[in-house]
Amino acid sequence: MKGMGVRGSDPGPAKRSIDDVRREPGGPRRTANRSARVRPYAITGGRTRFGHVLLVETLVSALNRPADPGSRGVPELEAICRLCRGHMRSIAEISALLRIPLGVVRVLVSDLADQGRIRVHGAHSSGTGATDATGASVTTGGTDRALLERVLGGLRKL
Amino acid sequence: MDFASSDLGYGSGAPAAGHGSAGGYGTAGGYGPAGGGFPPPQAPQSPQVQPESVPGIPLGNGSAVSTKIVVAGGFGVGKTTFVKAVSEITPLTTEALMTQASSGVDDLSDTPDKRTTTVAMDFGRISLESDLVLYLFGTPGQQRFWFMWDDLVRGAIGAVVLADTRRLEDSFPALDYFEGGGLPFVVAVNQFDGAPRYSAEAVRDAMAIPEHVPVLICDARNRSSVVEALLALVTHALAMDDARG
Repeated sequence: MKGMGVRGSDPGPAKRSIDDVRREPGGPRRTANRSARVRPYAITGGRTRFGHVLLVETLVSALNRPADPGSRGVPELEAICRLCRGHMRSIAEISALLRIPLGVVRVLVSDLADQGRIRVHGAHSSGTGATDATGASVTTGGTDRALLERVLGGLRKL
Repeated sequence: MDFASSDLGYGSGAPAAGHGSAGGYGTAGGYGPAGGGFPPPQAPQSPQVQPESVPGIPLGNGSAVSTKIVVAGGFGVGKTTFVKAVSEITPLTTEALMTQASSGVDDLSDTPDKRTTTVAMDFGRISLESDLVLYLFGTPGQQRFWFMWDDLVRGAIGAVVLADTRRLEDSFPALDYFEGGGLPFVVAVNQFDGAPRYSAEAVRDAMAIPEHVPVLICDARNRSSVVEALLALVTHALAMDDARG
């Protein structure tokens, strides 16, 4: 962690003072090599560990549940919860409004859903609502007929 | 160059969680280089939208279902105009991070590192009922981002392929994609002012669109015209469902 190497008795000309480090945008920890802190993620088929399906249009809302001690203070998680408190937002809206790339939002929302802090609402009328674990009609593409008819009726009323 | 990541924008190299700083979120400038969290996007930055300026979906009776329609077509064909004409919110832009991995054909001598790039997609929203929300997603226009479409169209009702009579060929790639995929689609000719006017059937002939695919003329700026195109698509999707039994 070269950014932290300021405590030695002889910093040398190449090393920066702690004030230099502190002046770095985002604070001293930002200057350290970040690669070791990157967790590799993979969400197969857009599905989270507990079977939530997170498509770009999937709606989520925040639940009143305290943060896990381990994730307390992760600003993105808190921002997502704030954004989704009291109403629903889609994955794409969260991405656009917080300016977090889509794939990253999926990972963070799936973490929050696994922690019980976010409710995943049923994308598509697969009947089982919030924690639909089957998702069969979603993963195969296409939409069920009842939903198509509801959309048709809704569009006609516009 | 090939794109290795097939998830919507999640490459293996992008940091996700674990930022050390508390607070400081949602300041002016939004989620950008200043936050230090993600590589600076190389694509043009979308305009910053204040989250509170875009209302969420009311919880109402506790839940809702959402679905989507994809709007495809060449660059500049009017996809965002189409979405804007009918959306209840100012269309938003979401960015997906791509990880580019060298394909090894022409880049072997180059650096082996992955590079990230950003792809933007515009979308809008229509609340059809208190518990039914329809999203409209414009596809990224460039051909090299097609692999993203697989992810984008998953679960979609279908697609509206927009075409411009002055540049019909720009919409051929989108046609090829949807003809091969089994997803219901219609072709909507966006009638630009001053562009030559053709009948829907002439366009069908010129673009070799199969008989069963609806072709219509629309004005992407006009709300009722856009709604007509969406109705044509959903009606077509129901007809395809009938045909499948």
